[in-house]
Amino acid sequence: MDEKDLLLLHLLEENSRLGAEELAAMTEISPADVKCRIAELENERIIRRYATVVDWEKAGDGEVSAIIELKVSPERDFGYDRIAERIARFNQVRALRLITGAYDLQLVVTGKNMQDVARFVSEHIAPMDRIRETATHIIMKTYKENGDSFFEREGAERLPYSF
Amino acid sequence: MRDFISERARAIPPSGIRKFFDLALSMEGVISLGVGEPDFATPWNICESGIYSIEQGGTSYTSNRGLKPLLEALSRYLREHYSLAYAPESELIITTGVSEALDIAIRAVVNPGDEVLVTEPIYVSYPPCVTLAGGRAVPVPCPADGQFRLKPDCLMEKVTGKSKVLIINFPNNPTGAVMRREDLKGIADIVTDHDLLLISDEVYAELTYDGSHVSPAAIGDLHERTITLNGFSKAYAMTGWRIGYLCAPRELCDAALKIHQYVMLCAPAMAQVAALEAIRNGEEEKDRMVREYRVRRNLFVEALNRIGLECHVPEGAFYAFPSVEGTGLSDTEFAEQLLKEERVAVVPGSVFGDGAAGHLRCAYAVSRKDLGEAVLRMERFMGRLKA
Ligand SMILES: Cc1ncc(COP(=O)(O)O)c(C=O)c1O
Repeated sequence: MDEKDLLLLHLLEENSRLGAEELAAMTEISPADVKCRIAELENERIIRRYATVVDWEKAGDGEVSAIIELKVSPERDFGYDRIAERIARFNQVRALRLITGAYDLQLVVTGKNMQDVARFVSEHIAPMDRIRETATHIIMKTYKENGDSFFEREGAERLPYSF
Repeated sequence: MRDFISERARAIPPSGIRKFFDLALSMEGVISLGVGEPDFATPWNICESGIYSIEQGGTSYTSNRGLKPLLEALSRYLREHYSLAYAPESELIITTGVSEALDIAIRAVVNPGDEVLVTEPIYVSYPPCVTLAGGRAVPVPCPADGQFRLKPDCLMEKVTGKSKVLIINFPNNPTGAVMRREDLKGIADIVTDHDLLLISDEVYAELTYDGSHVSPAAIGDLHERTITLNGFSKAYAMTGWRIGYLCAPRELCDAALKIHQYVMLCAPAMAQVAALEAIRNGEEEKDRMVREYRVRRNLFVEALNRIGLECHVPEGAFYAFPSVEGTGLSDTEFAEQLLKEERVAVVPGSVFGDGAAGHLRCAYAVSRKDLGEAVLRMERFMGRLKA
C-alpha cells in the first residue's frame, strides 16, 4: 500500500464506476498500473465490493430498517465471534458490529415492514442461546449514509468571475 | 463643482473583466472557470465554531493585532510547517484577508517614487496597491518557457537604483507556478545584494501538489527583509470570512500594525475564532480538498493539451494557464467567443499584465462534473476554430 493505492481507494469509494483510463489521469500513473493495483486490492479483499448508495425512501420502496442492540454472554475461547458469525448469516442483517457500552452487539436489520422486522427479531435473534437482552430501534428517517448527505441544499451563489 | 476624484484613484484602472462579468450574469447555464476561490463550502467544524462564538456573544472588536490564541497557534503552525520564526506578540498581525495584509505591507514600506518590482503574470491587486501608495510598479516577466518561475536574470534586468521592494506570489495566481528551493536561492542573492525588501504572498502555500511549499523567509538571510503574507481563504475554503495574516520582523510589523489599527481596527472577531478552529482541527478536511484539486488538475491539464490548448503542469494553486497561440484568436477574443458560443467563462491572460497575454486563466476549483462538461464545450469550440 502506497500513496497511489490510497488515492485509488478514495476515488473508487466515492465513485466505483471510474474507468482505468480516467483513474490513470487522475492519479498520475499508467492505466496498466491502475488495473494491476486494483486487482491486487481486490485480491487482498481491501476492496470488498462495488456498491451503490440508494435513497430507498425516495425510490418509494417501503423497506423498514431497525437498529437492534443485543446483550450477549461471551463464550469461553470464542468471545463474541461465533455468535456474531451465526447472526451475520441472516440476509436480513445488513450490518453487525461489536460495540462498547451497555450492549455488546449492534445490528442493522431490514424488512418489508415493522411487523416483519419485529418477527425476525423475536423469532430468530432473541431466542438464540447466549442472547440476554435485545433493544429494537426502528429507523424513522435517514439523513446521511456512507458519508452522503440526503439533504438537498442549494449552494450559495458564486460570482461568475473573481480574481 | 470641483473634480473630487484624487489623482491616485484616477490612476488605477477599472476591473479588466467588467464587460465579461455583465455578459456572464445575463446568460443562463454558464460554467464558470473564472472564479478564484474554492468551490467547497467551509468545513462544518469551522463554521460551527464561528456560529458558536456569535451565540456566546463574541461580537466585539478584538485587540488590533488579533486574538491571542490564534496568533499563538499561527506562530506554532508556521514554525512547524515552514520553518518560519515569528513571535506571536510582536511579529504577526491578523488581517482582513491577505488583501488587507498586502495593502498595509505596501503602505508600510513604499515612499512616493519608489519602484516596486512585481512578477508578471501578476495578481491584479498588486499594481493598484502600489499606485495608491505613491510607488511605481515595475513588471518582471516570468514567461511560459521558464514554467512561469521568476528567474534571476529576468529580475536583474529590471533592478534599478530606485528599486525598493519585490513582490512575489508562489504558488502563483494566475499561472499555478511554484518556486523550488534552488529557484528561490538565486532570487535571495539579488534581493540581499541590492538591499531590497521582499513581500511574499503565500496564500496558496497549502495548495502545493508536487513537493512541498518553500517559504522564502526561511531561506538564508531573507527573514530580516521579508514580509510574509498568508491567509485562510484558499486552503480552508474560507474566502467569505476574510481572514489573513502578515508576518514580519518587529520593526516592519510595528509599522504595518499602525496602519492596520487606523484603517481596519481589527479583523472580524467571529471569523478569527473560526480560523483558530481551522488551524487546530482543519488539517484533514484541508488535505481532502487538496487531494481533490490535484485530481482535477491532472484531468483538466491533460484534457487541455489533448484538445490543442497547450498547457504546462501547474504545480500549485487551482489555476491552469493554457496558451491560445495557434488558435488565431487573442486571449480576449477567445474568452469572449467561448463565453458567447459555449457558455464557458475563463479569464483572458492579459488581465494579469501585458506579459500574460496569449493565455487563459482557467480555475479548476469546480466540481469534476462541471469541469468535464466545460472540457466538452471547449473541445467543441476548438473543433469549430480548426474547421
Ligand atoms: C495571489 C492572491 N493574493 C491574495 C488574494 C486575496 O486573498 P484574501 O481572500 O485572503 O484577501 C488572492 C485571492 O484571489 C490571490 O489570488
